[in-house]
Amino acid sequence: MHSGHEAAKDEYIEQIAELSGEDVSLCYQCGKCTAGCPMAEKMDLPPSMVMRYMQMEHSDELKKATSRWDCIGCLVCGSRCPKLCNPAAVMEALRQEDMRKGTRSEEIEKLPVNFVKNAPQQALVSGFRKYVP
Amino acid sequence: MKIPYYPGCTLNTNAKDLQECAEFSAEALGFSMVEMPDWNCCGASLPLTANSAMGYAGPTNVLIGAKEEGQKEGLEDKLVTLCAVCYNVLKRTNYAFNKDAAKLDTINSLLESDYKGDTNVVHFLEVLRDDIGFDKVKESVSKELKGLKVAPYYGCFLLRPHEEVGLDDPYAPTIFEGLLKSLGCEVVDFSHKGECCGSYSAMSNAENAAECSFSVIDAAAAAGADVIATTCPLCQYNLDSKQAMMKKNHGDMKEMPIIYFTQLLSMALGKDIGKISFKSNSINPLPLLKEKGLV
Repeated sequence: MHSGHEAAKDEYIEQIAELSGEDVSLCYQCGKCTAGCPMAEKMDLPPSMVMRYMQMEHSDELKKATSRWDCIGCLVCGSRCPKLCNPAAVMEALRQEDMRKGTRSEEIEKLPVNFVKNAPQQALVSGFRKYVP
Repeated sequence: MKIPYYPGCTLNTNAKDLQECAEFSAEALGFSMVEMPDWNCCGASLPLTANSAMGYAGPTNVLIGAKEEGQKEGLEDKLVTLCAVCYNVLKRTNYAFNKDAAKLDTINSLLESDYKGDTNVVHFLEVLRDDIGFDKVKESVSKELKGLKVAPYYGCFLLRPHEEVGLDDPYAPTIFEGLLKSLGCEVVDFSHKGECCGSYSAMSNAENAAECSFSVIDAAAAAGADVIATTCPLCQYNLDSKQAMMKKNHGDMKEMPIIYFTQLLSMALGKDIGKISFKSNSINPLPLLKEKGLV
């Protein structure tokens, strides 16, 4: 039964949902995204758990997690999702929020010289797009 | 057949080997790629988040330029790329516009253009399959690459997201295999042909990228491959240049050359091996090619 007023939504969760454009309520936790994620083993919160924490509005835990900085945008998660969710978009929104708030980003001057000299240009361009505000 | 060609940020520089061998092969097969004038970078990634208009401006400008150049010079009404990432970004830009007219309007007003989302983007592999035909490629081969066991590595960008890219079946692709077979190679099927090399995490976390790349090489080696063939300069860089780092964590790992598909193609089509540049290859493929009697 409708209580007459909605529970206040967590601001951080709302912001991430809006940035990502994802309806996280669709996720039914089958775990196929995490099963396919090449970085899942290294992640504190793998994609399926990020989706669950978004549903549960565990914003403090999400803010503390660092898995969004391990995501490499390979899009395996979204391509396997039976509900057509895109956890990589949520990861990107979380990362963008870090950069907007200034809590984390890559610093160009700290990149290894060897990498800047030898990496293909596309690595620098895409890396800057993803990790630098 | 003359096709407008978009080299993107890497093909005229780090991935010159990929480009030069493609140009040679195209000529040998009777078509040419005409580099667009005044192109700009596609962004090398597409924004995943909603309402990020700016990420679409770069690729849209490329798509408009190809259309205009094609019409002006009487070229084929399409745009060919060699880099898997350019291909991915340009195709997904069109997909986004065809799904969301408001997005197209926004970008058109930003660029003061009238783009319709209709530049036909093709990968060089598709030109070989659909316009030339693998049978014709086979007929044109002057040196079969017999005995060379090649693992075709698609990586992410040629395959995902499938509905937006649509090059081939995302789980059982065949286009790369078809080409390699026509060159006389022994194609090695392996579990990680669509797994990620670590991509741009090479910038923020080289160890992570090396681990991803190791799993690809390890799977190819287990399946019996001598060499991995790729279409993407970033895949080539991660798989190839990080092998010293991989060896630190995986002492028993055997080095494996990572070669551009056009290096193999041009070799089979008769390009003098002395004229094929292997500048991008930190693991030199020549000893292997000698061992196989191909040099």
